[in-house]
Amino acid sequence: MTRRNLRLADRGRLDRSQPIRFIFNGRTYYGYKGDTLASALIANGVALVGRSFKYHRPRGIMTAGSEEPNGLVQLGQGARTEPNIRATQIELYDGLVAASQNCWPSVGFDLGATNNLLSRFFPAGFYYKTFMWPASFWMKYEYFIRRAAGLGKAPGEPDPDRYDKTYAHCDVLVAGGGPAGIAAALAAARAGARVVLADEQAEFGGQLLHSRSEEIAGRPAVDWVAAAVAELSTMPEVTLLRRTTAFAYQDHNFVELVERVTDHLGPGADGPRQRYWRLRARQVVLAAGAIERPLVFADNDRPGIMLASAGRAYANRYGVAVGDKVLVFTGNDSAYRAALDLAEAGTAIAAIVDLRPDAGGPLVAEARGKGIEVLAAHAVTATRGSARLEGVTVMPLNAAGDGVTGGGRQIACDALLMSGGWNPAIHLFSHNRGKLRFDERVQSFVPGEPVRGCHTAGAMNGAFETADCLAQGFAAGRKAASEAGASGEAGSVPTVTRAEPAESPDRVLWIVPSDKPLGEGGKHFVDHQNDVTAADVALAHREGYRSVEHLKRYTTMGMGTDQGKTSNVNALAIMAALRDRQIPEVGHTTFRPPFAPVTIGAFSGHDKGDLFDPIRKTPMHGWHEKTGAPFEDVGQWKRAWYYPKPGEDMHAAVAREVKAVRAGVGIVDASTLGKIDIKGSDAARLLNMVYTNAWSKLEIGRCRYGLMCGEDGMVFDDGVTTRLGEQHFLMSTTTGNAARVLGWLEEWLQCEWPDWQVHCTSVTEQFATVGLNGPMARKLLAELTDDIPLDDAAFPFMSIREGHVAGIAARVMRISFTGELTFEINVAASYGLALWEALMAAGEKYGITPYGTEAMHVLRAEKGFIIVGQETDGTQTPQDLDMAWIVSKQKPDHLGKRSFLRTDTARPDRKHLVGLLTENPSEVIPEGGQVVAELKNQPPMTMLGHVTSSYYSPNVGRSIAMAVVKNGRNRMGDTVYVPLVDRVIRAKVTEPRFFDLEGARLNG
Amino acid sequence: MLLISCPHCGPRAEIEFAYGHEAHIARPTDQEKLTDAEWADYLFMRKNPKGVHYERWVHARGCRRWFNVARHTVTHEILAVYRMGDPPPALDR
Amino acid sequence: MAISSRYSIISLARNALNYHRDWQVAWRSPEPKPDYDVIIVGGGGHGLATAYYLAKEHGITNVAVIEKGWLGGGNTGRNTTVVRSNYLWDESAHLYEHSLKLWEGLSQDLNFNTMFSQRGLMSLAHNTHELREINRRVNANRLNGIDSEVLTVEQVKAYCPILNCDPKSRYPVMGASLQRRGGIARHDAVAWGYARAADARGIDIIQNCEVTGFRIENGRVRGVETTRGFIGAKKVGCVVAGHASVVAGMAGFRLPIESHPLQALVSEPIKPVLHTVVMSSAVHVYLSQSDKGEIVMGAGIDAFNSYAQRGSPFVVEHLLNALLELFPTFSRLKLMREWGGIVDTCPDASPIIGRTPVEGIYFNCGWGTGGFKATPGSGWVMAYTIANDRPHRLNEPFALDRFVNGYLIDEHGAAGVAH
Repeated sequence: MTRRNLRLADRGRLDRSQPIRFIFNGRTYYGYKGDTLASALIANGVALVGRSFKYHRPRGIMTAGSEEPNGLVQLGQGARTEPNIRATQIELYDGLVAASQNCWPSVGFDLGATNNLLSRFFPAGFYYKTFMWPASFWMKYEYFIRRAAGLGKAPGEPDPDRYDKTYAHCDVLVAGGGPAGIAAALAAARAGARVVLADEQAEFGGQLLHSRSEEIAGRPAVDWVAAAVAELSTMPEVTLLRRTTAFAYQDHNFVELVERVTDHLGPGADGPRQRYWRLRARQVVLAAGAIERPLVFADNDRPGIMLASAGRAYANRYGVAVGDKVLVFTGNDSAYRAALDLAEAGTAIAAIVDLRPDAGGPLVAEARGKGIEVLAAHAVTATRGSARLEGVTVMPLNAAGDGVTGGGRQIACDALLMSGGWNPAIHLFSHNRGKLRFDERVQSFVPGEPVRGCHTAGAMNGAFETADCLAQGFAAGRKAASEAGASGEAGSVPTVTRAEPAESPDRVLWIVPSDKPLGEGGKHFVDHQNDVTAADVALAHREGYRSVEHLKRYTTMGMGTDQGKTSNVNALAIMAALRDRQIPEVGHTTFRPPFAPVTIGAFSGHDKGDLFDPIRKTPMHGWHEKTGAPFEDVGQWKRAWYYPKPGEDMHAAVAREVKAVRAGVGIVDASTLGKIDIKGSDAARLLNMVYTNAWSKLEIGRCRYGLMCGEDGMVFDDGVTTRLGEQHFLMSTTTGNAARVLGWLEEWLQCEWPDWQVHCTSVTEQFATVGLNGPMARKLLAELTDDIPLDDAAFPFMSIREGHVAGIAARVMRISFTGELTFEINVAASYGLALWEALMAAGEKYGITPYGTEAMHVLRAEKGFIIVGQETDGTQTPQDLDMAWIVSKQKPDHLGKRSFLRTDTARPDRKHLVGLLTENPSEVIPEGGQVVAELKNQPPMTMLGHVTSSYYSPNVGRSIAMAVVKNGRNRMGDTVYVPLVDRVIRAKVTEPRFFDLEGARLNG
Repeated sequence: MLLISCPHCGPRAEIEFAYGHEAHIARPTDQEKLTDAEWADYLFMRKNPKGVHYERWVHARGCRRWFNVARHTVTHEILAVYRMGDPPPALDR
Repeated sequence: MAISSRYSIISLARNALNYHRDWQVAWRSPEPKPDYDVIIVGGGGHGLATAYYLAKEHGITNVAVIEKGWLGGGNTGRNTTVVRSNYLWDESAHLYEHSLKLWEGLSQDLNFNTMFSQRGLMSLAHNTHELREINRRVNANRLNGIDSEVLTVEQVKAYCPILNCDPKSRYPVMGASLQRRGGIARHDAVAWGYARAADARGIDIIQNCEVTGFRIENGRVRGVETTRGFIGAKKVGCVVAGHASVVAGMAGFRLPIESHPLQALVSEPIKPVLHTVVMSSAVHVYLSQSDKGEIVMGAGIDAFNSYAQRGSPFVVEHLLNALLELFPTFSRLKLMREWGGIVDTCPDASPIIGRTPVEGIYFNCGWGTGGFKATPGSGWVMAYTIANDRPHRLNEPFALDRFVNGYLIDEHGAAGVAH
């Protein structure tokens, strides 16, 4: 490929003082600051940029904006590589590296292009009709289909860059910074509103950035833009967001935006790469502009074929000619502006092919006057060229526009600028459930009924003239500000003092005919990215996929990364014609967020790693950590799991810990248990309702265990609650359920019993809780307290005393989750570590042993105490858990009571909690093992229930297990089986209690 | 993201709230007298309207107070916010 | 169906030579007849499957499927296409396994490639509790004759190398269950395949026809009022995910159902990197890579009742946070499209399939987030129930009266995510 230079000498908003070096497909090129990768590639004569998705056809840049369907590249390298980036949106930086994607071995010679030769066999939806034989082969077919699909490649390493996200509020958000958006922002800001103005481009100005002759308020349009932006930037309540795409418009004026903060500076720049804005606006002004419509003609996809507006933007804004000899193909006047600007810059215009038989008006006259050949009532019927357009065939159109007459004329050209009209960018409006209306004049959809809190202005309303954009924008900004409560003086509408020539009416031909029937000659691409042609639309129609949604899903039209920005309207207009209906009758597909694809990392921001979810640590966490304890996640809490000594594995450590507790004294950090302080004259009444047992008669200073059920009668939490005063209780909950239980109490109190006098306060984090368990617990504690008598008479089981431990004010409870003599010491959280260390120091001579959650689980299982969430899964009643004793028969009511009477819930043969003792006492059944009564050689087998807890118990001297088993209470002594993958374990059904059955150890 | 006006704190984003489902379902008294079907009606059967839904929310990450909301389940428009215990407003939709 | 309209590589080639001018419509668009033996309300996957199996299994072909919009336009065309049968409880496992077996021959049965890809489905465990529950479920699955296995962290890493298995993660992966027969399918193709096959057996598929009421006489259904007039029917099966409460209201009864938005999203297409389905209930994400190359992701439901097919963005934000915890290399991929469906959820996260208080009206609803995978099985048991006026033993436990007697099939507690 010879190097070409299509740079125009004195055009564009470029800084030509410093050339910028970049690499594309391994080759080095130069561009300037102000270039996009697309403009720099065009300037360097690189037309072939990528390969299409399905047929691997050569493709080049088609647009100059975020609607680009073709020019997708793999940007960057290594951990920073990024697939599917639109070259039209990449601002050039020094050292930029990019490559074509979806081609092998190279974009110039791509083996996948055989698909194009065989394309006749791959119409839309072909895969639904084949690859079905033999049935087992689909996975093999699929392997190849998957490899052929996809576009770019995901990075292989984690993202080294950082992202930010923020919430923001404003009075008026203006989305879109073209003439309408700028005017809206000016009006709203001058009126005193807090304004955010966002535009996806690097500069505000929109179409004005490539306007040449227009003047606003007496100065060139770009100067007016600069002045307006300067005015806005001096206003403290205005936030200007460049390179920021408003990508989703959600309920209640919540708009999501993404700001590309440093992408344009290249890898490793200071600051976050992108920022995700979650913005609530009182009022929203949408000024999103319009997107030019491609013409659907035969082989309209060759590199060098572009939208006319893009050709103009490249010339005027980026200082690049799209070719040496440019052909313009249009059904409207706007494309003439591109031709005239290019001609003025010295580029040869091969011809202007105009669909209109009556092409007239000032722009047409001006073109003719400049000596440009205008072929009215003509159409491009074929194109030539592979890596770049080389020429076209042009034929005269018949009167109806559905066929051609007469012979073709060959015209050589290396670029073609097309325009089929303009589609208002109604995407955001549509996200917010705004109803659309088909506008006959612009032959496209525009916002219909206004939506409350949302205003639209400019080209997205179908107002394409600058003066209209300014007027609509200004009015919308003023109205939005006023509705947001800002009614200051907005001044007057900026006026266009020198306009571009007015345009004459368009001619719209949804399919440009050629001399061959549709589908038999060249391909009329509708969706360039997904390779959907007009013939595919016709096929979908023929096969009955006629709803626009079926069309989209059957052909994949509009489902690419561009979301059909350039293709949707053309496709549904073609379908409407095939169905012989009007376009509005056919309707449109739903526009879905995001407007343009958004980097996933931006959503995540800093919410990753340890910040993904809060970590809760007890006051003694550091001690556990220093001691080398691994932690177990329980909800958000980190709990010490076990405390291995050198050389110990988990099994050995736990065996040592559980023995030590029963032989001497063990210490456990129980701070994570939920604690709720309950006060008020109806506090006992509340407990009577939420627990299944009775609470009125609990004496002050005494503790009681309770089970909580939902209204469905199923157990959902348990814990010990202590009466601290006549109207004062301290409730404890399981670690994982603390928030849920507090919410449960509050909901009932506020919604069902609002007149009850009760206050509930979470005090989980106010206290550190240390459990001292074991026969030596009393002796040890006695050394550290002189104001709490510890003997049984003075401090009986299930009671609380207040005093001091190690000089620290403490509430001490005699409750037990191990069956041992236990003192649970609660102190202010900030003293937790001091208490722990004091107990450890004083306990050394008793062999005090810290134990973790695993040993705790073994110890409680030895005693048959349940863990909610382990023995239960939301389908157990207290009766199922062998805890009928805790359901009061006397109380008239408690939550869940009525549900116990339902026929299934009252069944005597439900699943019951039982114990299991394996035949081989050293064998431990894996938890989660399923229990069967009858063993079969192979599945299916009837399951009775499952093993909920299972451990080797050194204290019992054998394995123990708990299980929920159908009709278990009537199976005592029966042999059951637990079939596993590799073996079957036999066990006997027993009571779910294994140690110290008479409860003698509670008192030490 | 809904914008919900807590009657005690003012307008706040939905993430500060927790949803409490259909409002105005009174807990039956004399439950023993109810048939299983009547009890199931209270426990499980819901209006789930396509239209205005009278529902409860709690300002869980704020004042922790419960209140009622009338919200349209198609447009998500909030038509009324009223305190716990107040009767549902009549809305012509 | 006529041999000439059968799909095959040969018919594809033959039509190619003729520029695809001769393909037939996949289904007719008939005018509704005055009355039918059976009307199926709802032209989603489940409704179309019901119609198909009524014809195929029970010889009932005087059937119309009435759809208010376009076929497959509800949750069929909006879900994340996960197919599995590794449910905890026997009742669910039997139903979903029956469905999975039908999936395994579906493309051939329908003569329409549904692209059912049995690429395996992994549910991750992030703590000891989840590990225990995974063991429980895998054991239960195996004893129900369903393929299921437990993977260690090392095996997880080998099976899905791009998954973050760093033990220092906030929620480290501790293991997983794997159902190798699980996978994904092409959702639209399921609706179209059933529609085409049902049409070929003489069933009328009527789109753009909304049911506005039932004609009920003496407690027995006589037909449906629609936007295209009254259509008589001896029996009416309602399979209207996302609108079950509304349609039940027309028939005069309430359901234990609440409708919620469920959001899903896809990334831009990339070359294949993820070869299995991954689910994690602890961090609330499930994902797979479509044949087109998009990473397809699903979130948890939005909390509030809604018929809007849109949820709140923080749900999506949380999902993407979770995604990057599991797949940090996806940070530079881009979210391409997000959308919402309406899921009808039951208190026990299990569906309702069976008779109703009105004679001749049958409901199939309440699938919550898990309906797609059940499509063939659901249609099959629904057809049986309608044809015989009594449930098949597979759907007998899923009757409406379970909410009265308390025989719930609670898939919340132990099965992890219900997707």
